[in-house]
Amino acid sequence: MTMAAGADETGRRNDWPPLRGLKAGLRRVFDILERGAERLFSPALNPLAQLGAISFFLFWVVAVSGIYLFIFFDTGIVDAYSSVEWISGPHWYHAGVMRSFHRYASDLMVVSVATHLLREFSLDRYRGTRWFSWFTGIPLVWFLYISGLTGYWLVWDMLAQYVAVVSAKLLDVFPIFGEPLARNFLTPEHLSSRFFSLLVFLHIAVPLLLLLGMWIHIQRISRPKVNPPRLLAALILTALLAVALWKPALSQGPADLTRVPAQVGLDWLFLPLYPLADEWGEWSLWGLLVGVSVMLAAMPWLPPFRRAPAAAVDLPNCNGCNRCVEDCPYEAIRLVPRTDGEPFPHQAEVDADLCVSCGICMGACPSSTPFRRVQDLRSGIDLPGQPLAEVRESVIAASAELKGERRVLVLACEHGAGGGDVGGVVAFPCVAMVPPSLIDFVLSKGLADGVVVAGCSESACFNRLGVEWTKQRFAGARDPYLRKRVPRERLATIWASPFEAGRYQAEKAAFAARLGTPADAAPRQAAEEGDARLEKQA
Amino acid sequence: MRQALRMIARFAVLALVFMGVAALSNRPLYHSLPKDTGVLTLSFSHGADRKAACRKATPEELAKLPPNMRRPEICPRGRPPIRVEFDIDGKRMFEAEVPPSGIAGDGPSRVHRRFVLPAGSHDVAVRMGERPEGGFDWRAERTIRIEPAANRVIDFRADAGGFVFH
Repeated sequence: MTMAAGADETGRRNDWPPLRGLKAGLRRVFDILERGAERLFSPALNPLAQLGAISFFLFWVVAVSGIYLFIFFDTGIVDAYSSVEWISGPHWYHAGVMRSFHRYASDLMVVSVATHLLREFSLDRYRGTRWFSWFTGIPLVWFLYISGLTGYWLVWDMLAQYVAVVSAKLLDVFPIFGEPLARNFLTPEHLSSRFFSLLVFLHIAVPLLLLLGMWIHIQRISRPKVNPPRLLAALILTALLAVALWKPALSQGPADLTRVPAQVGLDWLFLPLYPLADEWGEWSLWGLLVGVSVMLAAMPWLPPFRRAPAAAVDLPNCNGCNRCVEDCPYEAIRLVPRTDGEPFPHQAEVDADLCVSCGICMGACPSSTPFRRVQDLRSGIDLPGQPLAEVRESVIAASAELKGERRVLVLACEHGAGGGDVGGVVAFPCVAMVPPSLIDFVLSKGLADGVVVAGCSESACFNRLGVEWTKQRFAGARDPYLRKRVPRERLATIWASPFEAGRYQAEKAAFAARLGTPADAAPRQAAEEGDARLEKQA
Repeated sequence: MRQALRMIARFAVLALVFMGVAALSNRPLYHSLPKDTGVLTLSFSHGADRKAACRKATPEELAKLPPNMRRPEICPRGRPPIRVEFDIDGKRMFEAEVPPSGIAGDGPSRVHRRFVLPAGSHDVAVRMGERPEGGFDWRAERTIRIEPAANRVIDFRADAGGFVFH
């Protein structure tokens, strides 16, 4: 495998062995689940590749159903329970269903957020420049839980009583309340409607903070997916409706402060740690919660990511065309007023703090063409660790390794199955770093009989948009296009995760078998020489 | 037909996952209290008198203060800790000097202790002194009955005559 210096996965190597092992194990599990989900749902609808968007969607389901329930909910301590019973009893067919939507969508949000967190961890998408999304995601978990806990409290059934008593016990360890909160729940006489109103306020205010946090969470990525595809959203709503009818969310008998809720149906998604308050004591539980939160927040620097150098703009070759800005998945490039006096209004500028060195910008740049016959081949925006000139040299060197009649050159993403291939392979940080003209170059120069572009699995692109941009460029739907003259039968794309080496090899072999003989390439060689002459004249 | 079957399979997978989540949302049952036990909670909030009575400020003390803060009397805010003893069936379950709350130590002292007891009758005795030293100012003794899963409370309200049994 040919790989230029700088793109040698330094970041992935800079990891602690136990963490690396844990990520690999998790990745394997996710890979099995994702491949199954891709087969059933299609890559575009794969729910495991839409966890962030699904979490957003579930938030809106919870919000809308909550607003609906609030119409019928009585916020007084005496009538809260009876109003909820009215919702689930006589009016089960609208308000009761909405209550189940509210409850189960919240539970599902816990599941989707937890899975999202684990998946991003397994993909190592939380270190380096990506620290921001990870770090801002940690408070969201707290806001989500506080929103859920205050919601359980409002129903004022036996579970609410249990939640109230344990929550008060947990909060009372901090000397911030004039009167211990637990005294509010000693006897029915101690209970105050004013305190209950405060809970209603919290149950509205904290989800709003959660929404604000979710907005901040996606600030450093471009084109964030905040809505799942419509078909998937419809399937989720239908499944929610089915579960709401099968097992409606119900109360567990009215709260009674003269009795202890000795047996409760606990929500193990929202309240798994509450029993520990009794077992371990309040301080130990707080220690666990704060310790885990701090550790999670510090994860992006444990250990720090060693980044390859950020993309760099070469002004003589940049005309401020905006393509790199459009294609960057991390909002790391912007257009600024021209500084070199050239007759273009703008030039690209890279924010090195946001750049993950994926090279997608280089693949998008119209000047990233290996056909150019200049002494010092540079792209308008280049990856210093793997510049265009070096890519061209790597491709020529890799093609020299190819022997036999059906020579297949692989341009591979280092995060996919192709990245692990050997012989006739050039690896890139992302498959979208490959300028379409490079494929034209390989085929028209006769460097190979066929080209395989091997990316990550279709729904789990390591750099978010690499697979999508590559497909669009090849289909002529996105600049820079793959030229029409490139024989499509000599080009194959294989989207495969590192665990799908078998499928990758099989598809590559099938592609090689489909290829015609090298003699077919002769007329194209002549045409290419004509092109080169024209280019030189220009 | 094939597309319809695929759609049904997608729905079935999602519904299955959602059913699992719904089932986990209130099962398995959690037993927060052992069988045939109840809870007795000793919980009150009481502020003892100030540590010291108000006294007349000396001319030197007044001179040190800005003119707008010169009051004729100086009243220390701090309260002393209260002393509490609590026995169940003759056994000392809780004994403490409970400091006042607040940064300046001028808030009430707070006690909130939860005891899980076997169901049945229990002799309880509770005493509270408003100073760390000396005798107890408030005391109560009573036999109470704890039913399984009952929540009994001993509160304190000076205006109601001392300890209140709920």
